[in-house]
Amino acid sequence: MDAIQVKDLTKRFRSFTAVDHISFSVVEGEIFGFLGPNGSGKSTTIRMLTGIVKPDEGTAAIMDHDISRDPIRARESIGFVPEMANAYVELTAWRNLMLMGELYGVPRREREERAGDLLRRFGLYERRDDQVRGFSKGMRQRLLLCMSLINDPPVLILDEPASGLDVESSRLIKDVIRDLNRAGTTVFLTTHNIEDASQLCDRVAIINQGRIIAVDRPEALRRMGGGLHCIELNFSGSVSENELSGFTCVREVRRSGDKLRLYVDDIDMAIGCIADYSRAHDLRILTLNTLAPSLEDIFVRLTTGVESDELAGAA
Amino acid sequence: MSWLEQLKRSLVIARKDVWIYYAKGPVMVFGLIFPLFLLMAFTIGRNMTVRDLFPGLMGMAIFFTSTAVGPAILPWEARSRTLERLVTAPVEVWALLLGDVFASFVFGILISLIPLAVAVVMGVEVIHVVVFVLGMLLATFCFASLSILLSVYPPTDVPATVMMLSSLVRFPLVFISGVFVPVDELPGWGRAISSVSPLTYFVDLARYSISGISYYSAPVDLAVMTVFAAVFLLAAVKLHERFLPQRFS
Ligand SMILES: Nc1ncnc2c1ncn2[C@@H]1O[C@H](COP(=O)(O)OP(=O)(O)O)[C@@H](O)[C@H]1O
Ligand SMILES: [Mg+2]
Repeated sequence: MDAIQVKDLTKRFRSFTAVDHISFSVVEGEIFGFLGPNGSGKSTTIRMLTGIVKPDEGTAAIMDHDISRDPIRARESIGFVPEMANAYVELTAWRNLMLMGELYGVPRREREERAGDLLRRFGLYERRDDQVRGFSKGMRQRLLLCMSLINDPPVLILDEPASGLDVESSRLIKDVIRDLNRAGTTVFLTTHNIEDASQLCDRVAIINQGRIIAVDRPEALRRMGGGLHCIELNFSGSVSENELSGFTCVREVRRSGDKLRLYVDDIDMAIGCIADYSRAHDLRILTLNTLAPSLEDIFVRLTTGVESDELAGAA
Repeated sequence: MSWLEQLKRSLVIARKDVWIYYAKGPVMVFGLIFPLFLLMAFTIGRNMTVRDLFPGLMGMAIFFTSTAVGPAILPWEARSRTLERLVTAPVEVWALLLGDVFASFVFGILISLIPLAVAVVMGVEVIHVVVFVLGMLLATFCFASLSILLSVYPPTDVPATVMMLSSLVRFPLVFISGVFVPVDELPGWGRAISSVSPLTYFVDLARYSISGISYYSAPVDLAVMTVFAAVFLLAAVKLHERFLPQRFS
């Protein structure tokens, strides 16, 4: 069975289409990631799944409960951590957990036992009787994860679970996600961080401007970039990015710190061009590395591909 | 999902509201001081007995306390970023809102018991106790429902905006409700205006409870308040369902 099934889900805000006929399914037992830049429609998709945004078109089901026909059942089968959410800062960690457990109808004995286990696992047990007001951002995020797990959900939906946290909280959260998954929980998460996606996910959907442009295993997505290579280099003097990207062998130029990254199809040809260019401009190459295509490179390729197709269509 | 289970969850939400919004110091102080302040404002230097003032004062006390915090609850939750987690719990919108209404109801009743006790100590005798108690419960519930309705629009996350806008409704409503002058002493147009305010019917009922005299009859007062409560509650649920998504962006 599919834990989450989404078909043609679409959301428009006035004339702007935030999510555009998205279809995918999350298989039971996997960690499925939504990877895309800010504003690509990840949170809007999640909000349709959790039922606070009504889709304009399409359907979705969680554990076979249709989100429109049976929203309460659908919600009961998920644990959810929204992007930039907070627990009640006036309450203690313990009370927040009890409150959430009661809202999900978890019997008292069960929720107390589970709350204790969860707080220990997330390193918050000693602080359980403290008001959340005094918690750091990482501690609050860990508490929100505890809250999302109080109903022992088969599916966990996490919107940017590890972004903007301290290293320790981020690592702890990722470890717990993996542990939970090993114990059978299906996880659907969003991220704009490629490393997080490839570290955690069994499968990744790349989403851009409200559309899914690829769904595959992280390694397969890497392989998709087969022909694409990246050369990272810097020169002794300043160079024009426009001139470099004007070369036919260079697809894209990006600045990365004090270095330039050139995305190229053929390394040999490109290095020839670069050498000619630097000689013609009386520059010296200070460093030059060739990088294996990372998920980020694939991402650049896929997303810029979409844009240039669109431009071609408009012209 | 049975409605009984949902009702249970709305009580959980009500308890949460009481912990968070009502247990804050300033709210409690406001609730305690305000009715006493009203009592003084109306008795000092005026040739009226506490008994004459009782219906209007009780009406104001109940009305102001039960609508004091309700409008700000949802904007507050949006602002503190607790709302998304709350509304994605397996709780229907009606149950969630009913929870907020219950919280306002409890606050309104508890605080209004103070001026009631003061009045009784000062010699006001409630003759029709059952009618009065029924009316007080119904009126408080009705006003609490109104307070949740008042937070529907705009779907903002700035509590002060909602509090200001709700004051624009709450204060005029008090002035047209026969709080200062009994309904039967109002001119025809005044009576017509006062009939659109639910508070009018509680004040009328309170007058009946202590003197046996009223403009409408007690059953009419009770029936009209029931209708108002139902309309406020239904409108709040329908409109919140519609505007809730706009609180997230
Ligand atoms: N309530 C809303 N009203 C109008 N536009 C919105 C609303 N919510 C999201 N958007 C727009 O939809 C797009 C997708 O947003 P979002 O789903 O939050 O992206 P992501 O989570 O991938 O960063 C953005 O351009 C955002 O501005
Ligand atoms: Mg987002």
